[in-house]
Amino acid sequence: MKTYEQINDRIESGKAVVLTANEIMDFVDKKGLDAAAEEVDVVTTATFGPMCSSGCFLNFGHSKPKIRMSEAWIEDVLVYTGIAAVDVFLGATQLRHGDPANMYPPGDFRYGGGHVIEDLVAGKKLQLFALSYGTDEYPLRELRTYFTIDDLNQATMVNPRNCYQNYNVAINCSDKTIHTYMGRLEPNCKNANYCSAGQLSPLLNDPYYDTIGVGTRVWLAGAQGHVYAEGTQHTGACERTDAGVPTEGAGTLALTGDMKQMQPEFVRGVSFRGYGISLAVGVGVPIPILNADILKRTCVRDRDILAPVTDYSYDYPEKTGKVIAKVSYEQLRSGEIEINGKKVTVGSLSSYYKALEIANLLADEIRRGDFQLTRPIAPLPKDSIMKSMTQRGTLS
Amino acid sequence: MTETVTYKLMLHFPKCECEKPIIYHLVKDYDLVVNIFRAKVTPEEEGFLVLDVTGTEANIQRAMDYVNTFNVQVNTTGKGVTRDKEKCTHCGYCIPYCPTKALHLSDETTRKVTYNEADCIECLACIRVCPYGACTSAF
Repeated sequence: MKTYEQINDRIESGKAVVLTANEIMDFVDKKGLDAAAEEVDVVTTATFGPMCSSGCFLNFGHSKPKIRMSEAWIEDVLVYTGIAAVDVFLGATQLRHGDPANMYPPGDFRYGGGHVIEDLVAGKKLQLFALSYGTDEYPLRELRTYFTIDDLNQATMVNPRNCYQNYNVAINCSDKTIHTYMGRLEPNCKNANYCSAGQLSPLLNDPYYDTIGVGTRVWLAGAQGHVYAEGTQHTGACERTDAGVPTEGAGTLALTGDMKQMQPEFVRGVSFRGYGISLAVGVGVPIPILNADILKRTCVRDRDILAPVTDYSYDYPEKTGKVIAKVSYEQLRSGEIEINGKKVTVGSLSSYYKALEIANLLADEIRRGDFQLTRPIAPLPKDSIMKSMTQRGTLS
Repeated sequence: MTETVTYKLMLHFPKCECEKPIIYHLVKDYDLVVNIFRAKVTPEEEGFLVLDVTGTEANIQRAMDYVNTFNVQVNTTGKGVTRDKEKCTHCGYCIPYCPTKALHLSDETTRKVTYNEADCIECLACIRVCPYGACTSAF
C-alpha cells in the first residue's frame, strides 16, 4: 500500500519507479503482483486519436477603441462570441466559411476548426475578422487583424469528451461505400476501422476509476492539464467483462490545458472525407500504484479487451443498438478479423505509435521529477447511464 | 544474355517538350520495357510521367542520355507520391487501402508506419484517405 504523498515524495527525489502500460504486464509476470506493487510507483497510459468534442477558449486582449465582438472568424472559421467582449470559443468540428460540405459528396473538408487549433499551437500567424453592433463602451464595429498564440492572453483547450474508455469497430454491411468519422467503409463488410489505444488507453487501465477522477493532472499534448469533469456521455454503468473491462464506449474524461505549453505534433487537425473536421489530441494519464489491485488492472492486455463491431450503414445511424460481434484488440491489431465467416481487413484511426511515444514522454517527465500526481477531488461516477434524446412533438 | 534491371523514374516535361514521342523511342531504339504507373501530359502545359523502365544497364544509360538531350528532367529519387514524415501520425488507417503494401507497419511493437516508395504504384488511395494530409502527389 502506498499513498499519493509517498509516491510524490519519491517523484520529487527522482527515485520513482515508472513503467508504461505497455511494459507493466511483463514486469508483473516476472516479479509477481505483490512484489511489483511494492516496487512500482506509477504506470503511464496514453492515447492519440481524433476527439471531435474539442475546442478552445481564446482571449485577444482589448483593441483601441474597444470592441464587443458579436460575430468573428479565425481564418474564415466561425468562432462563438456569445461570451465576454474579446473572448471566443473555437470548436474543432467547425467548417470554414464557404466550405461546400457534402453538397457534392463526399466533401473534402480540407480546413476547419481543428486545423485552426493546430495552426495556433504551431505558432502560425492567423487572421481574426470580427463584427459588432457597437455599444457606448465598446464602439468599434469591425476589426481585422493578424495574431499568433503569443499575442493572446489565454488560449485554453477544452475537451468536453476525451479518452473514450472503449469504442466501436465500424463496418459497412450495405452495398455501397460510406464515409464516416470512422473513415471510409467499403461495402459488404470489406473493411473495418477501430479507434482505441487498447492496452495503453487510460481508462482501460483504470476501469473502475479508482485513481482517475476530477482533478487528476494529465499530460495534454505536452502541457500539464487536468480532468475538469466527467466527460460528456460518460457511462460508468456499462457492460463489462468479468475483469471489469468495459466492452462498449463507457467512461469519458473532460480535459483542459494551456495551449501555450502544448507541442504541435500532438495537436493535429483532421479531415474525414464525407464527414467533416475533427482534432486529434495526444493525452497521457499517470496511474499511481496505490495497491496491488490497481496494479493488476493496469496489466490488461489487448487480448482481454473486447470492442463491439457495429454496422455504420444502418445500425449506428438508426440507433438500433445491434452489435454484430465483439472482437479483441489483439485480433484488430493483427489487421484482419473474421465476421460471419468472412475475413475483413482492419485499420486503425488511433495511433498506437504516438500513444506509446506519449506514455514514454510522460514516464520520463515523472522520473525527472517534473510531473507530480494529484489525488482526485471527486470520483467519476460508476453508476451513470447514457440517456437517449426525448423527442417531443408537442409542448404537452 | 545481359542481365536486365528495373528503375522507377519520374519524368517532368516542361511546356515545350510535351509533344515529342519520347517513350516510343525508349521502347523502339533502346529496347526498354516500360510500365507507366501514372501520366499527365497535356499540350501547352507541363507534364509528368511516372514509370518503370526495364532493360540492360547500358541501354538504360543510353536512353537516359537520349532523354537528357531534351529539356526533360529525370528524377530517380523523388516519386509522384510522397509521404510527409512530420505530418504522418502513424495511425495505420491508410494501410488497408494500399494495394501493394507500400505503406505498412515496420514493426509490431511500436506500430510505426513505413512507406516504401519502390512498391508504390501511384493509385493515390492514400492521398484520398489520409486524415492528416500526410500523403501528397507531385502532380
